Amino acid sequence: MSVRVFVPRDTTALSLGADAVARRLEREAQQRGLELTVVRNGSRGLAWLEPLVEVETPAGRVAYGPVAPSDVPALLDTGLLEGSDNHPLAQGLTEAIPYLARQQRLTFARIGVTDPLSIVDYLAHDGFRGLEAALTREPQDIVEEVKASGLRGRGGAAFPTGIKWQTVLDTPADQKYIVCNADEGDSGTFADRLAMECDPYMLIEGMAIAGLAVGATQGYIYLRSEYPLAKQVLDAAIARAEAAGYLGDDLRGSGRTFHLEVRLGAGAYICGEETSLLESLEGKRGLVRFKPPLPAIEGLFGRPTVVNNVLSLAAVPYILAEGAQAYADHGMGRSRGTLALQLAGNVKRGGLIELAFGTTLRTLMEDFGGGTASGRALRAVQVGGPLCAYLPESQWDMPLDYETFAEVGAGVGHGGVVMFDDSVDMAEQARFSMEFCKVESCGKCTPCRIGSTRGVEVIDRIRANQNRDANLALLGELCETMEDGSLCAMGGMTPFPVQSALKHFPDDFQRAPVGDRS
Amino acid sequence: MIQHFDPSQHDKAFAKDLGTPPPAADAAPVSVEIDGVAITVPEGTSVLRAAALADINIPKLCATDSLEAFGSCRLCAVQVEGKRGTPAACTTPVAEGMKVTTQNERLARLRRNVMELYISDHPLDCLTCPANGDCELQDMAGAVGLREVRYGFTGENHLEAEKDHSNPYFSFDPSKCIVCSRCVRACEEVQGTFALTIDGRGFDSKVAAGQDEAFMGSECVSCGACVQACPTSTLMEKSVIDSGQPEHSVITTCAYCGVGCSFEAQMKGDKLVRMVPYKGGDANHGHSCVKGRFAFGYATHKDRITTPMIRDAIDQPWRPVDWDEAITFAAKRLRAIQDEHGRESIGGITSSRCTNEETYLVQKLIRAAFGNNNTDTCARVCHSPTGYGLKTTLGESAGTQTFDSVMQADAIIVIGANPTDAHPVFGSLMRKRLRQGASLIVADPRRIDLLKTPHLEDAQHLPLRPGTNVALINALAHVVVSEGLEDHDFIASRCDTEAYRAWRDFIAAERHSPEATEAVTGVAADAVRRAARTYATAGNGAIYYGLGVTEHSQGSTMVMGIANLALATGNIGREGVGVNPLRGQNNVQGSCDMGSFPHELPGYQHVADVTARGRFEAAWGVELDDEPGLRIPNMFDAAIEGSFKALYVQGEDIAQSDPNTQHVEAALSALDCLIVQDIFLNETAKYAHVLLPGSSFLEKDGTFTNAERRINRVRKVMPPLAGKADWEVTVDLARALGYPMEYTHPSEIMDEIATLTPSFAGVSYQKLDERGSLQWPCNAEHPIGTPTMHEVDFPIGRGRFAITEYVATEERSNRRFPLLLTTGRILSQYNVGAQTRRTDNQVWHDEDVLEVHPSDAEVRGIKDGDWLGITSRAGQTVLRARLSERMQPGVVYTTFHHPGSGANVITTDSSDWATNCPEYKVTAVQVEKVSRPSEWQRRFDEVDRAQREHLATAREAAS
Repeated sequence: MSVRVFVPRDTTALSLGADAVARRLEREAQQRGLELTVVRNGSRGLAWLEPLVEVETPAGRVAYGPVAPSDVPALLDTGLLEGSDNHPLAQGLTEAIPYLARQQRLTFARIGVTDPLSIVDYLAHDGFRGLEAALTREPQDIVEEVKASGLRGRGGAAFPTGIKWQTVLDTPADQKYIVCNADEGDSGTFADRLAMECDPYMLIEGMAIAGLAVGATQGYIYLRSEYPLAKQVLDAAIARAEAAGYLGDDLRGSGRTFHLEVRLGAGAYICGEETSLLESLEGKRGLVRFKPPLPAIEGLFGRPTVVNNVLSLAAVPYILAEGAQAYADHGMGRSRGTLALQLAGNVKRGGLIELAFGTTLRTLMEDFGGGTASGRALRAVQVGGPLCAYLPESQWDMPLDYETFAEVGAGVGHGGVVMFDDSVDMAEQARFSMEFCKVESCGKCTPCRIGSTRGVEVIDRIRANQNRDANLALLGELCETMEDGSLCAMGGMTPFPVQSALKHFPDDFQRAPVGDRS
Repeated sequence: MIQHFDPSQHDKAFAKDLGTPPPAADAAPVSVEIDGVAITVPEGTSVLRAAALADINIPKLCATDSLEAFGSCRLCAVQVEGKRGTPAACTTPVAEGMKVTTQNERLARLRRNVMELYISDHPLDCLTCPANGDCELQDMAGAVGLREVRYGFTGENHLEAEKDHSNPYFSFDPSKCIVCSRCVRACEEVQGTFALTIDGRGFDSKVAAGQDEAFMGSECVSCGACVQACPTSTLMEKSVIDSGQPEHSVITTCAYCGVGCSFEAQMKGDKLVRMVPYKGGDANHGHSCVKGRFAFGYATHKDRITTPMIRDAIDQPWRPVDWDEAITFAAKRLRAIQDEHGRESIGGITSSRCTNEETYLVQKLIRAAFGNNNTDTCARVCHSPTGYGLKTTLGESAGTQTFDSVMQADAIIVIGANPTDAHPVFGSLMRKRLRQGASLIVADPRRIDLLKTPHLEDAQHLPLRPGTNVALINALAHVVVSEGLEDHDFIASRCDTEAYRAWRDFIAAERHSPEATEAVTGVAADAVRRAARTYATAGNGAIYYGLGVTEHSQGSTMVMGIANLALATGNIGREGVGVNPLRGQNNVQGSCDMGSFPHELPGYQHVADVTARGRFEAAWGVELDDEPGLRIPNMFDAAIEGSFKALYVQGEDIAQSDPNTQHVEAALSALDCLIVQDIFLNETAKYAHVLLPGSSFLEKDGTFTNAERRINRVRKVMPPLAGKADWEVTVDLARALGYPMEYTHPSEIMDEIATLTPSFAGVSYQKLDERGSLQWPCNAEHPIGTPTMHEVDFPIGRGRFAITEYVATEERSNRRFPLLLTTGRILSQYNVGAQTRRTDNQVWHDEDVLEVHPSDAEVRGIKDGDWLGITSRAGQTVLRARLSERMQPGVVYTTFHHPGSGANVITTDSSDWATNCPEYKVTAVQVEKVSRPSEWQRRFDEVDRAQREHLATAREAAS
């Protein structure tokens, strides 16, 4: 019998040479007359082990990683196909790798396990059970289920998903839309991509359920153009789902309709902001709209629209399949369910870590991440993307949940965790925050458009020790102006990382200018 | 006496910028408290507008009440009790019980800090800036109390951004730009051209025209909406850059097309600095086009005639004389001719360019002092079939709606009209409605620009062959009848049953089916069926039409066919529907209303109507002729034949505008006395014996009536260049003829009109000043006018269907003349071009060209730019070729803005059976490559040169 060997095909693995590994495996097998089938699965999310090759054995799948093509002959020599642990790259049973075993994979249960485009695989791993359940229920029932799960928007704003859906359900219209925000642009984030590349039917299922819940017959996935592989996978998956009756005019013979299309963004961070996203989706410049009206009432083409992040929609099939309580049993306080944390930056073991709310940054960075890649001491961490605060060590032990973080002016955001060692200059990081805003501002409102440029200049003056005290005061007022005056979160939140750097790392702003340092 | 108009008497909404547009008129009232002041406003009003209405002025920059709220400048931040943060007042709608704070320390700091950011990227040249004294940025910097810019001025900035002076009327200085997007939004929301955008993002955001090119190279149509919207001097009129800020202004009415836009004439002394569209204008609501907004330089052009001139024969030089001598000379000649050739041997033509009062006086002069009814006007050659056709079917010779009515229309049919060029401000309004989703059906041989409206959702083009209008309208009506789409309730309650039955039998006949007419019209049957269904079932169906309907041998039939279609579908008598002729000239509606036609006294009262005539006889103190007089073509024929000897023409250039130019020239040359009153030596004046200086619309008081029957005030902003307004000249001529007229001001003429014309009974200058404008009928029954006609019944009781059999025109293509020529106008030039050719509008269109379809060009070996001889049975002229796919093969097209083009040398005297309106829109022609101008053109050049020399000689003598 042919042995199944899994070589991931997501962007991370591919960028680390997974294709070459797969080719080498097939070539060696042919030369050696081995019965071997290479399955291109998704990634398990253990980025530090990619390409992670798995072999199916009677005991379960056994992992090897990170595998280079040149490792293949030796691996085969030492018993790869038997799941032997006679090789330095052997990691043992995949499911037992502590990094994975310690996680609570609700949303990401299937990634890396299945062939992303196989509907059979998807069905074999509980796929479409949520949609089948939804097809038997009234729209209001579905919305109630999502409300009861406590699911909140995973894009960063943490708005209760069920309440958003309720608004769309309650707004009468000739056409409603489900829009998936897949413009994943926060630094250090990749969970959306993993979901789409490794388990695309989960997103399709979640969107179809959302359509049934609010009465929308058309969905769009607004995907960043930098994810060409995700586009391929989604397009193929949508075609297969249509053919199998999970999308289209007659969902599984129910007479209900839901169509889905992928639309590519054009490379602007601001199009991850939901109103800019809608403008862009309508074919216009990615310019922020003012609210109200909320997109739930006047969204895409002026119609009621659910705009949800990939992870919010991806959580829905589990909630419908297993019930709201199963999801809500995880988490703490008002933060229910699991959070997909993405460990990146200066980290030894980067990857995706899905955990119930309530864990701590220290657990993540030390137990999972294993400290910094450089081996130096950790100094700061930015959680939630470029618009969220930098956290000093004193804040690494608080529980990760929306409310706790908000209390200290920090954010959970989309779950990106970017680590910095003690060589970091936090004044430079503050400057980077302003510069990021300068580059990515849509330019509509004045505080963001001009303020970010002036912010960079003021920080430069501070770092050059020009009228440092006056400029520090000016920077404080500028932050206040941007926070109070900006039209959207881009300008409104840019001050958060700046202010956190000023507050927690004040010494970095008092250093001698770079040229003057001895 | 210069009259000033104080807009504050009109309405507070027009006196200041309230920041955001008003919500729907029928919105429920909402009470809020702003800074402790209670105010009740309609639901949907923004906090910014509510505050402004309560005279609480929140700082703002990106908000202006002509544009939807945008929320970008953040200056109008306020605090709302119980709400977090500092929302923008412009984007926050009022809510019942809302308590708003507009001024406190936190808001003051926020606004000051935002302003500080603006000024950190703005030149500090206020004292030498063209906007000094009229700059919202300057005002707001003052309002927020900005005292220093702590960022300094060495940071990144746009101060060196390159200026664009390409447009002749305004310049673009991006170094002054605050990126409020008001220009971009005005181009989109108000004008609908979408020529402007913001290029780049973040700090690099900048206003860009077209594909980031010069304004003149872009799609910009120079309507001025962006200039109007700009809060700084980024987009600024060159006239203001040159002259500085105006010091007073007068509200008046544009003298170009039939839209009748209201403008503020902004003055420095008696010099006009700029024309700014007035937002209180009921026809234009603050919008304008390139002509009204910018092309006013002709009014002070050196070619203006400033002294009366006379001569005994047209081959003699002019003799400049004083007014008395000129008037006496004219009067003597007129009387001498009448003594010799009889009372009927003289006549006059009233002007659709002059005021109602002036037109009224000219026809009064003809009827009372000449003693005959030989009066006519240019409507003869444009919309006379409208008068006839609508009077026959609906009982009144005018359009049924307001312009604003289009905003309620669900399906819009445009037939033989080109609103984006010829009625641009209304074209923009129509485009706005189309962007909102109304369906568009265009019946036109050409693919007009309306079909290219950005964001147009449903557009149908019925590209019919020229001359087959009636077959098409019958086919549309046939579909309505045969598919059961009639509005039976409307027909039963509002229409004459017998006429309806007869019409229904007629129209149901198979020969009118789209399938049967397809071979005639060239329009596919299923396209006609779809269009008819769209119009009949959309809800509100509105028809707009132009000269492509009237200027045909069956012009009157077609107008009646349109009325039939509207009656059959119940699309008459409410907002959003109707039959709407787009009248061409500023006051062509008025000139018709004022009794310019030979058979009708003012108010369309027939000369044979004893009672009506009796009232005029009593008021005017003379006996009036009860027989209709000569129409313009009859005058020409009679002149050539020798029985018609003298003509008084006020403000019309028949030698250029009327068809079959050589026939017109022969007629004019045959006259013993031609008196021309005009602001320029126009083509007609070259055949004149008396040239009386006319006055421009800026030089007199009066009223114009636009295409929606709206009477607008024209106000004098500067003294007449030659000392007299046109109405004063007519008064002088009447007196010299022994018929004294005693008026000291045009308001007295209007008072007389009101007593004699039932539909004007309630009109007075006082009421016009109070209400801004009035739509006739305005009388005891409708004291504030009648926006929508025929709401309850028709002036003739019930609507009358008319039988409209299609009869092919005799002017058809054959082997000798295989192509059909049709003519029209272009945005930048106006009709005969006497005005616009004397402005910088020339940069857009300095010659008329012949548009030829590439397939017709190919078989004749014609390339773009070749000289083409165009020959019809009337004559030949030569124009340059432009290959274009806007027409179907077999149809060629030109404009008639330049006299030397000779477009009307080719047009024939074929005309409408009922009204003699010429068939300008169909002339069978042949086109071939040639190497030199036509014989007529060479002769024209000779006459033109000689006449200019005669004028120059006279001018030298006068100086």
